[in-house]
Amino acid sequence: MRRSSLAAGTLLTTLIQKQWPHEAVLISDEPLPPYQRPPLSKDYLAGKTARESLYLRPHSMYENAGHRLRLGERVERIDRVNKTVELSDQSTLGYDRLVLATGARVRRLNAPGADLEGIHYLRDIADTDALRSQLSPGQRLVIVGGGYIGLEVAAIAVKGGLKVTVLEAAGRVMQRVTGPEISAFFLAKHRDAGEEVRLDTSVIGFEADDDGHVAGVAVADGSTVPVDVVLVAVGITPETALAESAGLPCDDGILVDEYVRSGDPAILAIGDCTRHRNVFFEQPQRMESVANAVDQARTAAATLMGDDKPYDAVPWFWSNQYDVRLQMVGLSKDHDERVVRGNPRDGAFAVFYMREGHLVAVDAVNLPIAFMVGKKLVYQHRDVDAEALSDPDIELKSLV
Amino acid sequence: MGKITFIEHDGTEHVVEFEAGASLMQVAVNNAVPGIDADCGGECACGTCHVILAQEWFAKTGTPGPDEEQMLSMTPERAESSRLGCQVQTTEAMDGMTVRLPEFQM
Repeated sequence: MRRSSLAAGTLLTTLIQKQWPHEAVLISDEPLPPYQRPPLSKDYLAGKTARESLYLRPHSMYENAGHRLRLGERVERIDRVNKTVELSDQSTLGYDRLVLATGARVRRLNAPGADLEGIHYLRDIADTDALRSQLSPGQRLVIVGGGYIGLEVAAIAVKGGLKVTVLEAAGRVMQRVTGPEISAFFLAKHRDAGEEVRLDTSVIGFEADDDGHVAGVAVADGSTVPVDVVLVAVGITPETALAESAGLPCDDGILVDEYVRSGDPAILAIGDCTRHRNVFFEQPQRMESVANAVDQARTAAATLMGDDKPYDAVPWFWSNQYDVRLQMVGLSKDHDERVVRGNPRDGAFAVFYMREGHLVAVDAVNLPIAFMVGKKLVYQHRDVDAEALSDPDIELKSLV
Repeated sequence: MGKITFIEHDGTEHVVEFEAGASLMQVAVNNAVPGIDADCGGECACGTCHVILAQEWFAKTGTPGPDEEQMLSMTPERAESSRLGCQVQTTEAMDGMTVRLPEFQM
């Protein structure tokens, strides 16, 4: 296994719980045991969570169960013929089964000045520590990208007394993952809190001061936004280089079947790095989420134990911004009808996304019951009465 | 330092040590107790750390908040003394507590 990822940690834990009788070795280039990444752009950045509390399990739990963590080491090469991996210290390690949990890396901006000092990205603990050290009251922070990460950081920075500008290239925030009602609600939330959020605004470059530190962000309309700190949060790219060099089929993600087996049955792949089969979707999906990482890890554990269970998890997501918790289940992108329950002005509402009469996704804003009901209804793939979903006199629970 | 007993739905008992201050979910997770998923890591966002407390202990852990209550209302095997483990902060007084785990998490 590779990378201190949630997927790798969950797989190891599941194997321990199921008393898998073999030894696992986790090889990670990060010098830390597997940890939770979601708090990095939330409580950990805000300084409310200690580093150790991010660890999925205590380091000792894995070793007490007879498994080894080789941290701070990299897998350089996979030799599929001899079933060995070559590590950064030139040693080799044999395997019967290999699991790739290589995750994803941040997408970098390819604009002039993008490597100036003061321009940050956020993917791991080290990135977050570096950014946090720069978030002092009164500083001007420009965030490139109005997605989950950009908006979560924006909210924390505003609360920390920074002056925040969000530059989003698309016509609405979180456009890739949600519908217009949710985007409009969060746009208003962020603007009301004092952020400047500019939509349809592409970054074309960065300007430096005399010390080579970023001082301005140039945008497509010709203007420049003066800045002290920049965060670029424009998505991630699956980390497939190792798999590709081993000749495993990849297509914007390591291709795996519904048992998370790659093109080589001795090699599994799980988490953000995969493009996978899910019995729920006609097309292979790539899913950037905690839920997918842990659910695929459990599928991998089943496959390793010869108890094959096809992957059938419904994707879900969440985000915390200011006093709002957004919980999402399913994929809304191909919906043909939207139903809103509640009123966004009350600060608690939900959007139900339908396709051909089925509920395919729910986005719930401060309304956990809608998320929980959605989790069941989407999984059951049942026809749902759209009118009942929006009728405040009908309890959501009664629809399950 | 005290002890909490987690009981899986099939009756398997796990007696684990805890230090006051951690959440009940964290105590279970740190000791690899099966039957508690805690997918979101303790943000009250997923509903997969459902636990059922012994009735006499339920009153000592406080009452579920409104969000937690909404989440709990949809968990399978909901009981009167159900909680989400991530929302229960352990105290010294919980030494000796017994916690049942449901067969299925959300």
